[in-house]
Amino acid sequence: MMTETIKQSLEELFPPVETAAAPAVEESTDQDAADDKKKAAATAPRANGVITSDYQACGYHVDAQVAPEQLLAAVSKVNEAGFFIESITGVDWIADNQLEVVYDFCRYDFDLCRVVIRTRTDRANPEVPTITEIYSGANWHERETHDFFGIKFAGHPHLIPLLLPEDADFHPLLKDFKA
Amino acid sequence: MSAPIQLRSDETFTLNVGPQHPATHGVLRVKMEMDGEYIYKAETVLGYIHRMHEKMGENRTYAQFLPNLGRLDYLSAMAYNHGYVLAVERACGIEVPERAEYIRVLTVELNRISSHLVWFGAFIMDLGGFTPLMYAFDDREAILDILEGVTGARLTYCYHRFGGVYNDIDDDFIEGTKAFIPRMRKALKVYENLVTKNIILMKRLKEIGPVSAEMCRRYGATGPVARGSGINYDVRKNEPYSVYNEFDYDIPVYHECDSYARYMVRMDEMEQSLRIIEQALAKLPEGPIMPAKKPKIIKPPVGDYYQAVEAARGSFGIRIVSNGDKNAYRMKLRSPTYSNMHLFDEACRGMLIADALAFMGSLDLVIPEMDR
Amino acid sequence: MSLTLINVLFAVVAAIGFAALNAAYLVWCERKGAGFFQRRPGPTENGPWGLLQPPVDGIKLMTKQLIIPGGVDKAFFMVAPVLAMFPAIMSFVTIPFSENIVAHNMDIGVLMIFAFASMGSMSLLLAGWGSRNKYSLMSSVRAVSQSIAYEIPMLITVITVVMITGSMDLKVIVEDQTAGFWQWNVFALLKSPLMPVSFLIFFICSLAETNRAPFDLGEAESELVAGFHTEYSSMGFGLFFMGEYANIVIGACLTTILFLGGWGCPFGLLPGVWWFLLKVYLLIFTFIWIRWTFPRTTIYGLLNLSWKILIPISLFNLLLTAGLLKVF
Repeated sequence: MMTETIKQSLEELFPPVETAAAPAVEESTDQDAADDKKKAAATAPRANGVITSDYQACGYHVDAQVAPEQLLAAVSKVNEAGFFIESITGVDWIADNQLEVVYDFCRYDFDLCRVVIRTRTDRANPEVPTITEIYSGANWHERETHDFFGIKFAGHPHLIPLLLPEDADFHPLLKDFKA
Repeated sequence: MSAPIQLRSDETFTLNVGPQHPATHGVLRVKMEMDGEYIYKAETVLGYIHRMHEKMGENRTYAQFLPNLGRLDYLSAMAYNHGYVLAVERACGIEVPERAEYIRVLTVELNRISSHLVWFGAFIMDLGGFTPLMYAFDDREAILDILEGVTGARLTYCYHRFGGVYNDIDDDFIEGTKAFIPRMRKALKVYENLVTKNIILMKRLKEIGPVSAEMCRRYGATGPVARGSGINYDVRKNEPYSVYNEFDYDIPVYHECDSYARYMVRMDEMEQSLRIIEQALAKLPEGPIMPAKKPKIIKPPVGDYYQAVEAARGSFGIRIVSNGDKNAYRMKLRSPTYSNMHLFDEACRGMLIADALAFMGSLDLVIPEMDR
Repeated sequence: MSLTLINVLFAVVAAIGFAALNAAYLVWCERKGAGFFQRRPGPTENGPWGLLQPPVDGIKLMTKQLIIPGGVDKAFFMVAPVLAMFPAIMSFVTIPFSENIVAHNMDIGVLMIFAFASMGSMSLLLAGWGSRNKYSLMSSVRAVSQSIAYEIPMLITVITVVMITGSMDLKVIVEDQTAGFWQWNVFALLKSPLMPVSFLIFFICSLAETNRAPFDLGEAESELVAGFHTEYSSMGFGLFFMGEYANIVIGACLTTILFLGGWGCPFGLLPGVWWFLLKVYLLIFTFIWIRWTFPRTTIYGLLNLSWKILIPISLFNLLLTAGLLKVF
């Protein structure tokens, strides 16, 4: 199963100390503990790590949160496993003072597996490495994310506004954006 | 036909194809560096009708955002409706009655045929043939009439609702669809004789616009573009949603990777959609079209939900990030043409402008959907 | 004033009238024809069956402003449309509509018509160059390479016909074929067994020479917007339009004269001129039919067709005919 394979290869990114914490959300059978965790997840940003998510409930199989430095390694693993890039987008977690970049990957074959890779960066100086070297199709998606959130993709070959006007200096999807 | 000569970067001129150009079918602009009639490189400039639908998704409730989905891909609006309601239903855990799902599939597939008909006409017009456009629009009119009867709209549908559909289908719809199927089959024969077997068309499309499977993967191309490159990927089969599992239909896949393969995929898809419609009409169950129990106000629990559907142009994905509020915290719309068009810049290098525009037509662009 | 001069002036006026009338009503035919092929009515609003559409269109075109974009080469820009219309009109002067109806018959009528036809591509070149528009420029370059490519097989085919007849006088060429329809050059298998092929080549070339679909690469609207007349408005555009249709009539007339026996009628029912016009308009209908059926070729496909197929065949045909003439 591709889900297990990709999960294992992504977990290699995390040293044992961190991986032990992340799956706890699922493996915990204690209802109260799980609820506590959920509440904590709702209020505080989640720790980096890989989770197997419930496909029926949320629509993807593997959900990995990595540090920006680990991003290229994680995306390379996905690339080597033959995934195609579905989209890249951002989410503004203004309460945590963080910006999240979300990468969606999927497969062409019938071994269905959707992988989500997330990374979080500081809201004041948002910068993540570009993955255009690995997936050429990330180019427009990253430019779009740059337009909407102001996230800099370090090393991007052509980071100018794509959907917004050429001289746009605003980022409309930031939660503190005022039109 | 790729360039027989070495193209030189120091002898080029810039040609602005668009934002107003007959071949772009909308306000798309492609900045082409040309060496004579050969394209040295191209850069697509988007955003001329960018409307920030994703922001609108954030500042209105889920139900209020529903009409926006018809304004993305105005040619296959029904599939976008479907994707959105499925995503919200997944987030809220709403059960959909079976009859409603059948009606959704019926309307989506009818809409897929009408969308392909517009593409067919416009594509042949890109190649300089006018008459097929009129024939295609004539047949499309029949679909629009059928859909207008139940949805009240001819183009920008807002028919699917969270949990079901807005309106039950009536006898007019069923009779009209039943009459439409043989008509469309006959029309497809006409198209085959008039257009598909035409030698000029074959010469213009075969071995033009090569898109390899690897290139599709790097750019995330889906839909007929991927299927014309030998990739057997269709969300309806790979990631079955709704009631698509209950029908017997094939996914046309061609391995030639050229414009003709993409053309053939779409032509075959119309026949497959007819098959689905036929079976859906035969199996259509009785019952309600809305669930008995449905939350009055849609408030998905905290979380991150993704749903993909097969629109006429490829995989349309929708990501809802909810913080438990009645507005979405983040609404990401993944449009298929955005990725499909992206590979144009790389694929068109060294092509003649006439071939490049034929290639662009074979990607089946809908600009509002790219710009969102 | 000598009688010849008056004669010529009258002829020119008549030719202009004929060309203009034809151009105007061919547009109507084209639109009605397109409507017929596309299952729609075509123009219906002005007059019965939309018959008043051409004059209304003409008034519209004439009353519009002729916009001269900034930075164009004004002289070329203004001369080009005139040059598009003028050779077509001049060609009418020597075309025999029947035994008697010919403005000015010439011994070298064929040569004169082709000399004027070659000027047509000049106007496209000037329009494209003078317009200061990249699309126009590309289109004019295309148009010139196209007309060079297609004039060669066309002329070789005409030489074949001239060799059979032994005259470049259009009247003589027709009179050679009037005995009956088996005498028409297209069926003259005894003179040269490849005559139907010649007819086909000539017909294809006249399609290409008149910039008609599927060879309308000069104004390929899905690629080059409107080609060489992108920047033209008002009667500048109108003249190009009329020139195009006048050229179609010339092409059909020439095909009729060279291959289909001119005014010769199969049964001797009507006066010759009606047969001539009937043949011409049937050919024009075929032009329209082809235009609304086929998609457009590409420029390299077009040039390949000419240089790799039509020219070798027509050369072979010429040699064969010459050989047969020598032997028999």
